[in-house]
Amino acid sequence: MIAEIGHYALVLALALALIQGSVPVVGARLRDPALMGVADIAAFAQFAFVAVAFAALTVLYVSSDFSVVNVFENSHSAKPLIYKITGVWGNHEGSMLLWVLILSVFGALVAFFGSNLPATLRANVLGVQSWIAAAFYLFILATSNPFARLPQAPFEGRDLNPILQDVGLAVHPPLLYLGYVGFSISFSFAVAALIEGKIDAAWARWVRPWTLAAWMFLTLGIAMGSYWAYYELGWGGWWFWDPVENASLMPWIAGTALLHSAVVMEKRNALKVWTVLLSILAFSLSLLGTFLVRSGVLTSVHTFATDPTRGVFILAILVLFIGGSLALYAWRAPLLKQGGIFAPISREGALVFNNLLLTTALATVFVGTLYPLALESLTGEKISVGAPFFNATFGPLFVPLLLAVPFGPLLAWKRGDLLGAAQRLMVAFAAGLVAIAVTFAIIRGGPVLAPFAIGLAVYVMVGALVDLVERIQLFRQPVGISLRRARGLPRSVFGTALAHFGLGVSLLGIIGESSYNAEQILAMKPGQTVSVRDYDVTFDGVVSRQGPNYRELVAKFVVRQDGEIVGTLDPSKRSFTARGMATSEAALLTRGFSQLYISLGDPGTDGAIAVRLYHKPLVLLIWIGTLIMVLGGALSLSDRRLRVGAPKPAKKSALQPAE
Amino acid sequence: MTRKQRRLVLIGTGLGVLALAAVLVLTALKDSIVFFNSPTDVVEKQVKPGTRIRLGGLVQPGTLDRRDLNAQFDVTDGRNVIRVSYTGILPDLFREGQGVIAEGTLTDAKAFRAETVLAKHDETYMPKEVADALKKQGHWKDDYDKKGGAPVQQK
Repeated sequence: MIAEIGHYALVLALALALIQGSVPVVGARLRDPALMGVADIAAFAQFAFVAVAFAALTVLYVSSDFSVVNVFENSHSAKPLIYKITGVWGNHEGSMLLWVLILSVFGALVAFFGSNLPATLRANVLGVQSWIAAAFYLFILATSNPFARLPQAPFEGRDLNPILQDVGLAVHPPLLYLGYVGFSISFSFAVAALIEGKIDAAWARWVRPWTLAAWMFLTLGIAMGSYWAYYELGWGGWWFWDPVENASLMPWIAGTALLHSAVVMEKRNALKVWTVLLSILAFSLSLLGTFLVRSGVLTSVHTFATDPTRGVFILAILVLFIGGSLALYAWRAPLLKQGGIFAPISREGALVFNNLLLTTALATVFVGTLYPLALESLTGEKISVGAPFFNATFGPLFVPLLLAVPFGPLLAWKRGDLLGAAQRLMVAFAAGLVAIAVTFAIIRGGPVLAPFAIGLAVYVMVGALVDLVERIQLFRQPVGISLRRARGLPRSVFGTALAHFGLGVSLLGIIGESSYNAEQILAMKPGQTVSVRDYDVTFDGVVSRQGPNYRELVAKFVVRQDGEIVGTLDPSKRSFTARGMATSEAALLTRGFSQLYISLGDPGTDGAIAVRLYHKPLVLLIWIGTLIMVLGGALSLSDRRLRVGAPKPAKKSALQPAE
Repeated sequence: MTRKQRRLVLIGTGLGVLALAAVLVLTALKDSIVFFNSPTDVVEKQVKPGTRIRLGGLVQPGTLDRRDLNAQFDVTDGRNVIRVSYTGILPDLFREGQGVIAEGTLTDAKAFRAETVLAKHDETYMPKEVADALKKQGHWKDDYDKKGGAPVQQK
């Protein structure tokens, strides 16, 4: 019964989406307030029905109703409650349901917060949003119904893939989807602007918070996924340039570029056509990501249950939306009034430089990810493009970008002073040089370029703070005055500084981990001690334990530094009875920002066990840096300017704005 | 600066960056792509020892020989067999009779030294290349086609 309710709610949501996709758009054309008003109610109702469908599936999972195919295939009665719940989106059908749930949440939020939008724009935005929703409801109902029943209910389910039974992966998909789907808002805004044939600075001010929010979630989602891969897969890697990872990186780069170009549009009323294109691209790449992950056309280490027939359906959605929006763009973009062209050395110029390098870097990732697919369909030759390709292309393009990052906020709008900015960045240059010298002095080994990269990271970190320090005149005025000045600064200034600082922090972590990683792979016998860097790790033996739905073999290790015990590590090997599948749980010992990492291989004869042991210097900074970036985004989002909304001719004129 | 000059600077920088990217992409593509080969491809194309390739197929049951960190196993597509040796920890999902992709180099015509053995997260999932290679040899096992789709009991 519950499954049928969920299914029915989804069908109703589809019907609502079709109404919301047509009536308000016609209303906007006829300037009929009643027709346009349908959009709000429909958006709320759509959200309500999808929420019912999602709740229904959750109930089915929690109550282990194995008469439903989806629950049977991905759940087990002995699974802990939290993984019964997260199992809802740990599979294809459920994750698509989560996708539309988030889509409908965003639709409802636009309806809720959009009261200060011009009525026609709001109607069009919600209409376009509904087209996307309708396509995905159709997709779910036609090819991946999560509520399908089995003719005979089995007694037990087949369990969720054990590797997914993890808190990290429980929150990763929702965060990632919030990011992916969040870009649908800027997409809808862009398409609505094209339909109306007009766009202005106020438009950019409406779009920016949505983009910023989506970007924050996507950043968190990617970071979470990367940390999960790091500790769960047992090979200590956090980024493999795998197609599925690239699929999430591409919208992130496009979103980052969009954030920056929207600033130019908001402040200077320029780069309009480009910003609209980026809005379309960011969401198109999100759709592409969904397609790549769901269709399995590319071989990835992260693909789960894929199905080519569904891929064709998503491909159709992809072609329809990307092709349609780009065609609309080609047709209508010339209508949008061009902004002025500006001096190359200026804040705008710096932001354009940022956009240029980001989109080019994006293009190289795109080529590297899709080249195997293109080559295979043209010549039948199967290839893989691995990390060396991306390091060789993405890296060199990011270096000038990183060099430019601290300059951006220091340049004035319209006409900047490059030399002046460079002088103010002296302290950052100096810090970078010191970092290079210190690295050379204290660290032996590692790549020759690594100290320079560390210098670059330190330069970015210090450079990010220069603008802030200058603005509040820290060290030049008494602390009290500096604090007062700090309070007077817009929060977005702190946001920018923090986000750029976080970028430097992540970079430092990336370099530390990838250049100075120490690794030992060996078979250890109980009592044996092995050294990695200045840690001595002793293997004490193994014990077995019984978990809720698995048995595990836990190996005990003691870590000593200079004879003192600094911690214990107990990695384990779990075997899940329901699927007959084994997973390794790595054990981590955090020392400062660095980590010791142990994962187990197979136990051999004579009590020895295969062990992977790593020392990963500064590895935690990778994720701490992304958290700082997200924090910067949050500060920017809370800026008064965005909360107040776009400038209006008069207050309370939301119904009939002059614009 | 005149309007025209500004535009020139903008377009010039843009083209410069794009050209740089194109050069980077083309050189990197030449050096860092790895071809996928089934055991039959290796034999028919006479892949030279020392070439870096990805070798994919099924792990022949009964051929896995593991001593501490050294493992040897046969990879087959039903017609030809290549002996693979690997030092390190095999992925959790590595099993005899299952699909595998190994990246490394041929040491001679029938022996392969793997540097990485690729893991999959899902035990019913078959790497696409391996599935295609098996199909070509007429050894396609049907149940791999039904990953997660129809509610049939696998195995």
